Amino acid sequence: MKKIISLLLAISLLVLAVGCGGGDQAKKDDAKAASSGGKQITMGFSQIGAESEWRTAHTESIKSAAKAAGINLQFSDAQQKQENQIKAIRSFIAQGVDIIAFVPIVETGWDTVLKEAKDAKIPVIVVDRDVKLSDESLYIAKIGTDSVAEGKKVFNWIDEYMKKENKQPRSGDKFNIVVLEGTVGSSVAIGRANGFKEAMAAAPDAAKYTILASQTGEFTRQKGQEVMESFLKSDRDKIDILFAHNDDMALGAIQAIEAAGLKPGKDITIISIDSVKGMFQAMIDGKANCTVECNPLQGDILMETAKKILNKEEVPKNVYVEEGIFPADVAAKTLPERKY
Amino acid sequence: METLKKITASPLFLPLFALAVLLIFNIIFVDGFLTIEMTDDGRLYGRLIDILNRSSSLIILALGMTFVIATSGIDISVGSVIAISSAVCCTLIGGRGDGAAEYPMLLAMLAAVLAGVLCGVWNGLLVAKFKIQPVVATLILMTAGRGIAQLITEGQIITVYYKPFAYIGSSIPGNILPTTIFIAIAMILLVTFIIKKTSIGLFVQSVGINPTASRFTGINVTFVIFLVYAFSGFCAGVSGLIESSLIRAADANNAGLNMEMDAILAVALGGTLLSGGKFNIGGSVIGAITIQTLTTTMYALGVSSEQLPVIKAVAVIILCLMQSSKFRVMFNNWKSRNKVGPQGDKNFLMDEKAVNKA
Repeated sequence: MKKIISLLLAISLLVLAVGCGGGDQAKKDDAKAASSGGKQITMGFSQIGAESEWRTAHTESIKSAAKAAGINLQFSDAQQKQENQIKAIRSFIAQGVDIIAFVPIVETGWDTVLKEAKDAKIPVIVVDRDVKLSDESLYIAKIGTDSVAEGKKVFNWIDEYMKKENKQPRSGDKFNIVVLEGTVGSSVAIGRANGFKEAMAAAPDAAKYTILASQTGEFTRQKGQEVMESFLKSDRDKIDILFAHNDDMALGAIQAIEAAGLKPGKDITIISIDSVKGMFQAMIDGKANCTVECNPLQGDILMETAKKILNKEEVPKNVYVEEGIFPADVAAKTLPERKY
Repeated sequence: METLKKITASPLFLPLFALAVLLIFNIIFVDGFLTIEMTDDGRLYGRLIDILNRSSSLIILALGMTFVIATSGIDISVGSVIAISSAVCCTLIGGRGDGAAEYPMLLAMLAAVLAGVLCGVWNGLLVAKFKIQPVVATLILMTAGRGIAQLITEGQIITVYYKPFAYIGSSIPGNILPTTIFIAIAMILLVTFIIKKTSIGLFVQSVGINPTASRFTGINVTFVIFLVYAFSGFCAGVSGLIESSLIRAADANNAGLNMEMDAILAVALGGTLLSGGKFNIGGSVIGAITIQTLTTTMYALGVSSEQLPVIKAVAVIILCLMQSSKFRVMFNNWKSRNKVGPQGDKNFLMDEKAVNKA
């Protein structure tokens, strides 16, 4: 028995080793092909992880754009931990890459490591999320989405939709909103929450809305579902609107709403941000109402900016990608065109 | 008085007491905490059901962890094993939009549990056979496990649209309780059966107290240790099924994240010493329920996202202090001194006089 087990283990290890070897070979070939056309740029890129379909699309976009632009991409997955990102950036500096790009998982705590990059004369591009630094010159450019604008779009759409559909609050005289927030301290969560509140305060009929409860769902389905479950236990017959900071939490919450015997998309109006395919599917099934796009296809613009920086061209400090709004009635038409 | 002493001396008393304190707190401060309603499609619905439903995967993890800790080991890879197990299950069923399954669900479930067992076997080999320290040995899979899970899912979140898959995490139509509760009960029964009907429980305890002496009495220490890790892997495999079915998806990065810590905490709250030896399965189960109750309480009270970790930590500290025998002795001394009041002070003065005289 023991022999059989050890034999099996040995075989599986061998298979793994062979598998890895093949991958390396392919990578080398790629690198060779790219480097044949002039001096090749090496970019160190630290991604925060793969917490959602959106993030996967973001990663894909960057990888494919790097390939298309002939840039050698050193990709590192931080698995949702800042210390892993700092380690990755340090190792990029040690390797002497030409340019560093990273998606900061939280806003603070980057000064030291970015100072090290600056001292090593490696330009840094911040991608997708915001950073808070004592010295803005530590990074050259920031590429990404405007999370405050997204939050505003969400509220404005809700206001319009409620008027258009002539919806009435399920209890009392105000629409009760519950919010599933993103990771505490992340720039996206802060921006979206602020944008939403700003738009709400500025709206002419702000008095018609009230935020009943707000809690973090950490951008994941599990937590989104668990927190929504709890909201429903307290205020099942009061909640009119759910605003989730990302689609995945909304998808988790939809399951919780169904389990509570309510109709998602009808009893509770659901709107979230990101526009991943799963959300379109939910809208086609009539279980969600709207998703505001947060465009992950930032690869091309990142590579373009990187090249400009290395050619010593001027680039604007903030580069935003274009973003749309997709309500349920266009979902079926839009889904086939979606890349993520 | 006699019976009261008997009750307080029971190893289950403290864990139950901690849970009771939490529940009483909830009953007072959370509206409708005890309410259980029947939904239109015939399921029970309420916070208590939620707690049991959500804690079941932690209960199962804690069962496996109890044995591991009883041999004075530790298994910090279970969270990652959950990710592997859910990845295997969802990949085999497949994320097809038309709601069909690529492979039969039963096969996928078996494969997922088997993947968990394999991980456990790997840990067991490292710890029992090669005598690597448990923390280090299981650390390997803890870090590598999520990578393996990502390889299986190809870095995607695989959403399963196949309807019956949701039955594991919610309820089978016509059943009033979530399936997870039945799975947890079945696992508890299995473990109780093993302990009552075989001598494995005794062996585990003896290995935890003194492995050398155990070897001299003829216990195959290596095999016992190997077995507990394999069983822990099995438990993690089953938990993985539940975790993925709850959200009907495999999320390699977040499935079971930090659950190893919760499982260890559950075992510790349950009164099993981390130094090994005597263990208490019932205590671990109650510990797991306590942790989930705590989370649910925080949500129910509407504690803001920023304060959540701090308040949770404070609650855990209080729960742990309540169970520390040393702290209880100190607390009782302090209480009796306060109660006695002047008399105590007099004694103190007299002592001082005695000292002065001397």
